[in-house]
Amino acid sequence: MTKLGFELTVALRFLREGRMQTALIIGGAGIGVAVIFFITAVLTGVQGDLIKRVTGAQAHIVIKPPEEIVAPLIAGDSEESRLASIQARPQRLTTIDGWPALARATEMTEEVIAVAPVVTGSALGIKGEASRSVVIVGTELERYLRVVKLDDKVQSGVLLIEPGDALIGIELAKDLGAVLGDRFRVQTAQGGSEVFRIRALLDLGSRELNRRYVYTDLRAAQSLLGIPGRITNLDVAISDIMRAEIVSAQLRAQSGQLVESWIQTNNQVFSAIKNQDIMTLLIRFFITVVVALGIASVLVVSVVQKRKEIGILRAIGATRRQMLGVFLLQGLMVGVGGAILGSGLGMALVWVFSRVLRNAEGQALFSLSFDFKLIGYVVIGAAVLGLIAAVLPARNAARLDPAQAIRG
Amino acid sequence: MANAEPLVLLQGLHKTYNEGLPNAEEVLHGIDLEIRPGEFTALIGPSGSGKSTLLNILGLLENASGGGYRLSGRDVTAFADDERTHARHEVLGFIFQFHHLLPAFTALENVMLPGMIGSGRKPLQDDLAARAMELLDAVGLREASDKKPNELSGGMQQRVAIARALVLAPQLVLADEPTGNLDTRTSDSIFELLRKFNRERGTGLLIVTHDPRLALRCDRIIELVDGRIAADRTNTPAAR
Repeated sequence: MTKLGFELTVALRFLREGRMQTALIIGGAGIGVAVIFFITAVLTGVQGDLIKRVTGAQAHIVIKPPEEIVAPLIAGDSEESRLASIQARPQRLTTIDGWPALARATEMTEEVIAVAPVVTGSALGIKGEASRSVVIVGTELERYLRVVKLDDKVQSGVLLIEPGDALIGIELAKDLGAVLGDRFRVQTAQGGSEVFRIRALLDLGSRELNRRYVYTDLRAAQSLLGIPGRITNLDVAISDIMRAEIVSAQLRAQSGQLVESWIQTNNQVFSAIKNQDIMTLLIRFFITVVVALGIASVLVVSVVQKRKEIGILRAIGATRRQMLGVFLLQGLMVGVGGAILGSGLGMALVWVFSRVLRNAEGQALFSLSFDFKLIGYVVIGAAVLGLIAAVLPARNAARLDPAQAIRG
Repeated sequence: MANAEPLVLLQGLHKTYNEGLPNAEEVLHGIDLEIRPGEFTALIGPSGSGKSTLLNILGLLENASGGGYRLSGRDVTAFADDERTHARHEVLGFIFQFHHLLPAFTALENVMLPGMIGSGRKPLQDDLAARAMELLDAVGLREASDKKPNELSGGMQQRVAIARALVLAPQLVLADEPTGNLDTRTSDSIFELLRKFNRERGTGLLIVTHDPRLALRCDRIIELVDGRIAADRTNTPAAR
């Protein structure tokens, strides 16, 4: 008994003595922690799924040349008012000047993990009788794969683009009546025309993309679209997808180009995610408050119940600080106990619901990953919470006048 | 056993409750008192005479309102709470009317508790468990060492409390009606135990009691009436 030290020994005995109270409060804290654990796991899973779906074949950030605008030309300095009709001009295929330097500068920017030069333009895919409008995406595949993970989207074939190769969406293949290894022709309005061999069929996560996308190498796309040596945009991947707007602003300022993040292009999805985040933050906050109040109220009652014992301990030589320690330790242990119980319960909940909640493709929305970091945070957080909750009752205990406490 | 410096020295000690308020009430009016080490003293007096207050002040559980208190050669009147706690831990032991053991601890652990606190200068005792066991043996409860207080009779509980008061070998044990709620036979045996520790270990005792029979078996009897010492005489215990 002497090994644990006075405060810990007494704290443990007090908790054990009030078995019912201790069990109830650890149970309460545990359920709170389990719910936090669970909604965190579900939300992370659901949002991850949603973002993956939305940004599946999209770069986090796209750098484009500025749009061309039409400025009215007014000659002379006449005071007469004029009628002017300004007609927006059709956007030409604009390109980024000096892109290799811009790509290097972008790569050096903080939080940017990969940059790939891309040429996109529309064209017609033709095979026999069938012709479909397609989007040509010409890129350096090796660099592009670091920006957009096509690896897990390959339905058949290999991710490889040699001269004359193309990777196309599965729907497009169906529409053209083509299978892996077949050749088809791509023709552009600029007059370019080229025959490609299908090296892989991709499932890009949405019907629209699957119906239109044709990936090929940079050079082929450039010559097809009549812009040799130039590119239409730079695709950028960053380390934290949620910080896309911040990095975009930075890139916009330093490049002077038009910079669009996935958040801009998918504004509704992003604001839905933000709102979810705020809601769950609120839920977590209030659960935390409720758990803290629960721990505090049980300890307040315990101090009242143990008045006499506190008085005796003080009489036989325990200092105020030691009594403070006894009750702070109780808060700490209840918090940690609740966190451990809650993490277990939470994982059980995740396990159960990962078999019930599924996404559109029938895959589990989240997986039971033993996130030890999360458990660690929860335990440390609950320990701190228990301590804070115990401050008031512990101070009451320390302030008790021993003479009065013993008297009754 | 006369030492140069008395263990307890009170000079003109006052205690007023609710000081400065309209319902202020002075319960001790200038107490002068000396207690030497190893004295076996009874403190008697009618209810409301201020016995408990005096005992609490002596035990450093309450502060005096005025006057001087030197304990073991140190002026303790101006001590802060921590210093008083440490002085209490070093010099004093307590026995209460109702045993006041901690129900969550076994008899042996209750006896060990003061030694575990380790406050003040008294170092934590390595041989604490052995010492506690020896004391339980001395009060005749070796067999009951791992029993919880609620498994023991009232007399047994009070014996455990005595062992607890003595575990750090205090110079003075303050006992507030230690036999107050025990039957005569049990109360006699408890008293004998206190006498034995006084004789064998030189522990000083100040026993507050209502029982004139017990008082007459002490070496000195102090009588408190209305917050003043009405009588203070040495007594030769009658042979039983």
